Amino acid sequence: MTEIRWHSRAGQGAVSGAKGLGDVVATTGKEVQAFALYGSAKRGAALRAYNRISDEQIFNHAKFMHPDFVLVIDPALAFTDNIEVNEKPETKYIITTSLSKEELIAGIPALAGKEDRVYVVDCVQISLDTIKRSMPNAPMLGAFVKISGMFELDYFLENMKRVLKKFPQKIIDANMEAITRAYNEVK
Amino acid sequence: MAVEFEVNEREVWDGNYAASQALRQADVDVVVAYPITPSTPIVENYGSYVGNGYIDGEFIMVESEHAAMSGCIGASAAGGRVATATSSQGFALMVEVLYQASGMRLPIVLNVVNRALAAPLNVRGDHADMYLGRDSGWIQMGAFNAQEAYDLALCAFRIAENHSVRLPVMVHQDGFITSHTAQNVYPLSNEAAAKFVGVIDPVDDMLDFSRPVTYGAQTEEDWHFEHKAKQHKAIMDSKPVIDAIFAEFKEISGREYKRVETYDMEDADVCIIGLGTTVETARVAAKELRKEKGIKAGVLAIRCFRPFPYEEVREALEGVKSIAVTDRSSPGGAMGAFYNEVAGAMATSKARPMVTNYIYGLGGRDLSIENVKTILTEQQANVDAGYITTDLQQFTNLRGPHLGFFKTARS
Repeated sequence: MTEIRWHSRAGQGAVSGAKGLGDVVATTGKEVQAFALYGSAKRGAALRAYNRISDEQIFNHAKFMHPDFVLVIDPALAFTDNIEVNEKPETKYIITTSLSKEELIAGIPALAGKEDRVYVVDCVQISLDTIKRSMPNAPMLGAFVKISGMFELDYFLENMKRVLKKFPQKIIDANMEAITRAYNEVK
Repeated sequence: MAVEFEVNEREVWDGNYAASQALRQADVDVVVAYPITPSTPIVENYGSYVGNGYIDGEFIMVESEHAAMSGCIGASAAGGRVATATSSQGFALMVEVLYQASGMRLPIVLNVVNRALAAPLNVRGDHADMYLGRDSGWIQMGAFNAQEAYDLALCAFRIAENHSVRLPVMVHQDGFITSHTAQNVYPLSNEAAAKFVGVIDPVDDMLDFSRPVTYGAQTEEDWHFEHKAKQHKAIMDSKPVIDAIFAEFKEISGREYKRVETYDMEDADVCIIGLGTTVETARVAAKELRKEKGIKAGVLAIRCFRPFPYEEVREALEGVKSIAVTDRSSPGGAMGAFYNEVAGAMATSKARPMVTNYIYGLGGRDLSIENVKTILTEQQANVDAGYITTDLQQFTNLRGPHLGFFKTARS
């Protein structure tokens, strides 16, 4: 079982990101769950979304998890939300930031000593460049594909195109570019 | 003629989407709806299927849930296949009309996405609304995940419209935990679903002008009692029909449903009884406890809340020594309603096991695998001691000091 927790603000697309990821993962024959902790949350409010991925049917419906991956798609939440809550010794963090990894870790005591499992990528800037607005969910998927090693990039892109098929070609292309850039830039 | 909507053998759907696809495939004639979180997407999606030509149905928007169910009653009495969805306060506003629907024996299908009742205002899942409908004369079935919300919605039309049942049916799913959680769902093909559900064959439809009928007539003490007794008997007698339709569904889907579901119960000393998604989380906890501590733990789940499966519960719990019954609704000055039903069933059993009550998960409060393990471990402590070692009723995963009621030491 792989468990993923997204830290996001309402409107940044963590819920769509989690569902999109689930959709792609399901095509590989795995069982997935994608859900979020929100309800009457307004745009800009901090929220958490979750994925579970397993070879067998997923019965656990609890929100509680010890995540294997923590994906932070809002730069400020890395500092203000408890992104390390319920972590495991091997939990990997992928964080959206314009800072270098060293600068980021220096600013967040909870990440001290975790250099080897903290990864940074500027999903906000990548989405501004490609999608032309701040929509950091798609680039985060690219970074996740790279760090998790769960898929080949081309395989993921092909399946993501199918998930996005209801959108105009221009938007699909921009998302593909965003995913590819983050895949290459995450470090 | 409707446009074909493409479905794949494997989809990633949330419970709301799954339920709305069942309404589309069942070729529902009329949906009368008023939106409320978290059930809104079910009727919203149906509306879009109508608007985009995927279904030759009618979507009627009204000013309240009271009007929504009233509209459903009219359309159902006219002879159509009718469904809608609601939650929480909307369900509460519907309650008056729910009794009209069941009293008139109208085969309406209501998707209830369970949510807490205010005050305080809360949009998340608990079973307060579901409990509000438990004496309304509807058949009530519970889904534990999105797949089941789809499967049971299809079965619901068959059960409701069966001529020896003719009762409205609710299909419950947990707000957010099921309704907004996307997971793998394996739908039937459009053809297979249509063939399974079939075409409604209405009884006493008001649009049959050659044979006029009256709905909702007044009866005082002369006949009211007899009508209500017949209605109660009809629910009781629906059990074999439900079983037969579940068996038929298994034939075409490979998925088996029973009015009472049992997991790891064959040799269980202790068990937890629940509804909804809790059942699946508990299955994981019971399996882990067996491995980690050697506790013979099992899970019993109520698929069919009404008619309540007393005989099946009693039979499944034979040999179990300590039972935890979980209620996800504020009991308001009594034991949980579900506890009372299970305790009622077990009062006539030979073994008379220990039965305890846990109130949990109100307003969407999480229930973790660890929480369930604690509950099951307490049942094992009861077995070891030979009497109930805890309060008879306890609140689980509550902030602040322990809250429990009724001390009963049996020795």
